[in-house]
Amino acid sequence: MKLFSLLLQRLTQATVVLFVISIIAFSVQNQLGDPLHERLALAVSEQERTLLREQIGLNDPFLVQYQRFLIRALHGDFGTSYFFKQPVTDVIMSKMPATVELVLLAGLLTFLLSVPSGMFCAIKPKNPLSHVMMGLSTLGISIPVFLTAIGLIYIFSIELQWLPSFGRGETTLIHNWETGLLTQNGLLHLILPCLTLTSIMLPLFLRLVRSEMIEVLHKDYVQFAWAQGLSAWTVWFRFGLRNTLLPLITVGGIQLGTFLAFTLLTETIFQWPGLGFLFLEAIERVDTPLITAYILFAGLLFVITNFIVDLLYLLADPTVHFSAKGTTCTSEPYA
Amino acid sequence: MTQFSHEKLLKLFLLFLAVSLLFSMKTFAEITVVYDADPVSLDPHEQLSGGTLQLSHMVFDPLVRHNQNLEIEPRLATSWTPTKSGALDIQLRKGVRFHSGREMTADDVIWTFKRIQTSTDFKGIFQPIKKIEKINAHQIRVITHKPYPLLLNILTYLFPMDSKFYSGKTANGKDKSLIIKHGDSFASQHTSGTGPYVITYREQGIRINFKRFQDYWDKQSVGNVQDIVLLPISENATRVASLLSGKVDFIAPVEPNDHSRIKRSSGLQLVTMPGTRIISIQMNQKQNAALKNKKVRQAINYAIDQATIVSKIMRGFATQATQMSPVLYLGHNPALEPRFDLDRARQLMLEAGYSKGLTLSMIAPNNRYINDEKIAEAIVNMLAKINITVDLRTMPKAQYWPEFDKCAGDLLMIGWHADTEDSANFFEFLQMTRDNKTGMGQYNCGHYSNPEVDDLVKRANSEMNPARRSSLLQQVEHILYKDAAFVPLHWQNLAWAAKDSLDIAPIVNAMNFPYFDQLKETAGAQ
Repeated sequence: MKLFSLLLQRLTQATVVLFVISIIAFSVQNQLGDPLHERLALAVSEQERTLLREQIGLNDPFLVQYQRFLIRALHGDFGTSYFFKQPVTDVIMSKMPATVELVLLAGLLTFLLSVPSGMFCAIKPKNPLSHVMMGLSTLGISIPVFLTAIGLIYIFSIELQWLPSFGRGETTLIHNWETGLLTQNGLLHLILPCLTLTSIMLPLFLRLVRSEMIEVLHKDYVQFAWAQGLSAWTVWFRFGLRNTLLPLITVGGIQLGTFLAFTLLTETIFQWPGLGFLFLEAIERVDTPLITAYILFAGLLFVITNFIVDLLYLLADPTVHFSAKGTTCTSEPYA
Repeated sequence: MTQFSHEKLLKLFLLFLAVSLLFSMKTFAEITVVYDADPVSLDPHEQLSGGTLQLSHMVFDPLVRHNQNLEIEPRLATSWTPTKSGALDIQLRKGVRFHSGREMTADDVIWTFKRIQTSTDFKGIFQPIKKIEKINAHQIRVITHKPYPLLLNILTYLFPMDSKFYSGKTANGKDKSLIIKHGDSFASQHTSGTGPYVITYREQGIRINFKRFQDYWDKQSVGNVQDIVLLPISENATRVASLLSGKVDFIAPVEPNDHSRIKRSSGLQLVTMPGTRIISIQMNQKQNAALKNKKVRQAINYAIDQATIVSKIMRGFATQATQMSPVLYLGHNPALEPRFDLDRARQLMLEAGYSKGLTLSMIAPNNRYINDEKIAEAIVNMLAKINITVDLRTMPKAQYWPEFDKCAGDLLMIGWHADTEDSANFFEFLQMTRDNKTGMGQYNCGHYSNPEVDDLVKRANSEMNPARRSSLLQQVEHILYKDAAFVPLHWQNLAWAAKDSLDIAPIVNAMNFPYFDQLKETAGAQ
């Protein structure tokens, strides 16, 4: 029952959100620049330009263009990219595997590294290793991502010549999913971009795990557990980690959504043919149909990730209840 | 028994030797070329851009082309003779095959010309040609509306296409020959030309694979590269890194910041060349009355120090300009001297009545020309020295061009490259009186209007004698200089970098169309 009401709630939310986003994206369109200038040589005459503008329908008033867009969108047609000459949905779908693989891998790496380290930093705060890890995490947050990327390229591609510096390498097509995980070449190409992304995600999650863990370890029920004589590992993992995981899921989910949609810098530097690179180039080229569709896609992505996060939360903590406004309230579950 | 096994052993050993030699023999196999972008389409007429033309030179052949000295050299046209009526009879090369196997004839050339006339981007260049007639299978007659001195320059853009390959309907019932700018077309994804390379694989934005065309007509070609992989890497640092890491063989463009790094690296070479793209500032006389005053415009010219911009901002990677025409062009006037003189500038401002100062607005792009934003900022500083306050707005090119179309600034930066590799093109677009009907002065945001200049350009455009034509064009440069019609800054240089094993110096040129048909890879390649 709870699941059903959650689903309904989220669906209505999604529709409203997407509708609002579409209006905003559309009204911003005119400020993005003139798509024709990218497509026509400077030497083309004014008459030709005006003709082409008419043909594409750029001269029609806002409401007419929006209406046309809306009607087509409701039929699943979100427009054709000026640059790729294909339906924008196809273009976005084709670039998705690259980003999904990169972000999920980086996320996994971040999770595997941040949880143990964060726990360690929380449990043994005075340990020199903890200080080192916290210091590194500050460094990681402060260094801009492109600097990390270029640094990694410099060390591992140019000097050591161990790893490739751009592209996805060899990919295998399985049904419609182009994966780089099945070839050695593809995996090698994944390493540097993945490390770069992890360098931004890791500091955040390390600190999050640490601070949540510290808070949990001060709670009453943990003190009771110590008093009861339960082993350290039981306290740390059954009580500490489990309760830490919940906020981690929330933050993690949102971060994942952000990275999936907007890993612009990392993808640009590594010429990684994913969604972020696609979006950045679309903006530079003023590929308006693609830009509008991508903004909608990003909105949809966030709605979906939020929904999944809430689902996971529900699974992890059945006592949680979701208020009508969509926030979550929970009592301390594991004691 | 022993003798037999010895013989067998010897044979095996020889076989082993042969096989291992075969494998260790250096096959000039595949080179990887990295540009900042891959071609937007495989259709040579869809978009007039550097990328499209670079591709055309690999997959197709033009009738004629410019060499490094900007002289015309024959390609698919072997010779040409003017007729009495003022037309040009052109002999086409025999025995030239398309990738599809068909032989190229006059029909293909004429078919291609007719298609160009339907191309939004290319029709303007070919406007002077009235029609092309077939005399026989390997001879055509090109007829212009009136005597036109740059006919051969235009024909460098005529890359004969396989008319049979591009005729008929696709599986979806669309005409194969259609040029579709904002849609999908057959020609944008399939090619059949006479060029040195055949496209074997293409994934937009990712990679194009080329294979040497075995039936290529140019048997004299020294080029020996069999396979080329073209990759786009938009980020400058990553592109250079790919060359430094040894993974790719040839990159372009190379930003000035990276030049010393490449020169320092062993096994790599950097080739640079003066370019023909002029970077200039226009002074909008219509929007700001002060700019109508010649003395003010001259003062601005005297206040801007092009030499310092070239040395400090461009790091020497540009050629200072006093006019529009680069050195190799007919209209280049060697008598025009650089004129940086702050005292003279202040004097002129005083004489013009603006010694108290003047405020001007300026717009410039920030991602179109090399160091465009920095140059604009330097100009702001330079003009401040003669009491001119400049309100600078810079923006990405996507937003800049609509602003430029409106001439929305007192000072506007614009770079121009002449499609015809000839001086008149500069004047037609940037200095002639604006005329919506004829399209002249389309980018003349200075609103400079001088009937003498207009007349000289018109006369030059029908003057067939190169010496007389040169003199007319040089006169135009002289007048523009005297009138301080605009502010010339510099011509951008071009740079390419590659492994030492690739002989790239002879194949590159000022138009940035590397002629890969002539690319030789030497032994000792890694």
